[in-house]
Amino acid sequence: MRRFSQLAVAVLALLATGIIAAGSLWLGGYDPLVAGAAMFQGSFGSGTAILSVTMVRAVPLIVTGLAVALAFRAGVWNIGAEGQLYAGAIAAAWVGLSWGSAPGWFLTPAALVAALLAGAAWAAIPAFMKVRLGIGEVIPTILMNFVGIYLAAFVVHGPLQENRGVFPQTDPISDAARLSVLVEGTRLHAGFLIALLVGVILWAGLRWTHFGFQARSVGASPDAARVSGMIESKRVLLVVFLSSGAIAGLAGGIEITGVTFALYEGLSPGWGYTAIAVALLAGLHPGWVVFTGLLFGGLEAGAGAMQREAGVPAAWVSAVEALVILFVLAGDQIRRRFGA
Amino acid sequence: MPEVIAVVAFLEASVRLGIPLALAAMGETITERSGVINIGLEGSLIAGALGGALGALAIGGAGGGILVGALGGALVAMIFAGFAVGLGTDQIITGTAVTLGGLGFTGAIYQARFGTTGTALTLPTLPSVPIPLLSDIPIIGSALFNQPPTTYFTYVLAPVLWYFVYRTEWGLELRAVGEEPDAAAAAGVRVKQTRFWATVFGGTLAGIAGAHLALAHAGTFTENMSAGRGFIAIAVVVLGRWNPLLVLLAALFFGSASALQFQAQTFGLAVPYQLFLAFPYLLTLLALAGWVGKSRAPASLALPWPKDS
Repeated sequence: MRRFSQLAVAVLALLATGIIAAGSLWLGGYDPLVAGAAMFQGSFGSGTAILSVTMVRAVPLIVTGLAVALAFRAGVWNIGAEGQLYAGAIAAAWVGLSWGSAPGWFLTPAALVAALLAGAAWAAIPAFMKVRLGIGEVIPTILMNFVGIYLAAFVVHGPLQENRGVFPQTDPISDAARLSVLVEGTRLHAGFLIALLVGVILWAGLRWTHFGFQARSVGASPDAARVSGMIESKRVLLVVFLSSGAIAGLAGGIEITGVTFALYEGLSPGWGYTAIAVALLAGLHPGWVVFTGLLFGGLEAGAGAMQREAGVPAAWVSAVEALVILFVLAGDQIRRRFGA
Repeated sequence: MPEVIAVVAFLEASVRLGIPLALAAMGETITERSGVINIGLEGSLIAGALGGALGALAIGGAGGGILVGALGGALVAMIFAGFAVGLGTDQIITGTAVTLGGLGFTGAIYQARFGTTGTALTLPTLPSVPIPLLSDIPIIGSALFNQPPTTYFTYVLAPVLWYFVYRTEWGLELRAVGEEPDAAAAAGVRVKQTRFWATVFGGTLAGIAGAHLALAHAGTFTENMSAGRGFIAIAVVVLGRWNPLLVLLAALFFGSASALQFQAQTFGLAVPYQLFLAFPYLLTLLALAGWVGKSRAPASLALPWPKDS
């Protein structure tokens, strides 16, 4: 019943967003049908759109969405996926550049493992502050986002700048460090499979393992979990926090090894923040994150087509994403109040 | 005396970059004192910037722009407060959504109104007004006292807010709501109203900060021109220990860290400027951890009230 009403909230939120989105387009003098058709065409309308655009854009959203969902399930308010993603991207680029002569079977996994570790390290500072010093994680994770973004800016202007020294970006990583293409002739890369794998691991881990039970208990009621005595809340929080950071870091590593092959400033258009919307619409459920990530990937893929063909500003899609979050929040609140 | 000129330019840039942060952070200080953390502040800032641009064009003159910018910032904060305070939704998630939506809507409205051709919009600007005598002080005079009126407004507001928070009945109620909302409610304070209006006040100041960006700094509006200042302001509040006077100083410090990037070469600093930009955030982390002074958040910050909603 609970699962059903959660789904109902998500569907109703999407419907309400659709109505307001269409209404605002109409008010702005655009034809909602033309815009909608262009959006669909650009996101799910053809094989190329699905494989080369939507699914590729969905990968960082799914992976960061999983990072956020895991953290939020245990009551860890990790707003730092953005910085953790940059830490992972820096590490992956560094490995891909400096061990360029290593064979591919070693180099790609090494770059991704480095991304995982860097993401966890980035989360370790706010995690330590939360567990040891009792300082709420919201502000520290936001602060670490800025530090991560500036660190990336520093390395592409300094130690990892391309050899030509012209643009603030790294040289392309060696071919051996790159993820393979899944479907010949498209841009879909193996990172999508990694995203699915992380989703399955989290889903099964949260559902069936003892640790997953502990994490969910701590998230549902930290006091009850502590009083019951069987759960070391602090250890659970620490492991969840670091894992969440590692997964967000992995998202950065996948983007470097699968899509851009280089690090530059502004690599992420704010995936770490959009991830919160992705995770929330999925009811923080890892399985559903894959679908909401694809949905948001489709929205962003369709935004470009909509701008080209219907003249609708691409930025409008962010406003639509925001509406989805607000409606889900409101729906959850109303559902709870009326005990459905 | 090239060094003196560089120092003057550095101080001037510090103040110029610090003031919008100070305005937004002083507003957020009041909001957070009531127990609400408004991560949607960035949305208020960008709405203030667009409101400033549209207002300056429609009403004519920078003054009208500031007014409409303030309204824009307040409106966005009302949306946030309606959800987070009224409905009791999670403040962090709501704030993230409001920021995302604010950046999206303003970008879309701007493109729909002015097109995507990339020709920059030219706005009437808010001129600097030198204050007689004070602006003649060597070195710091022109940096501090040859600024647009919004800067002077900020200087005056800091002690006023300090007095309000620490020395008035309303300030006491505000702090009570942020520390012990249950006790405050039992004493007859209307918790939700206090939190709502404290949030709207914060949004209004962020709106003025945004309008200041558009009208006093840039003379134009561009998408995402708030550039994360709403989040920086939240860090500034922490470094300023939720005290309006210290928040003003913390904002000027953040401003001077960004100003160094323009002056690093003149001063012959070998450290890359990106590290200067990161420095204030690291210092704020240390401040939070209690290693640089003591910085303690209001006890009920980010907790919805009543608890079971």
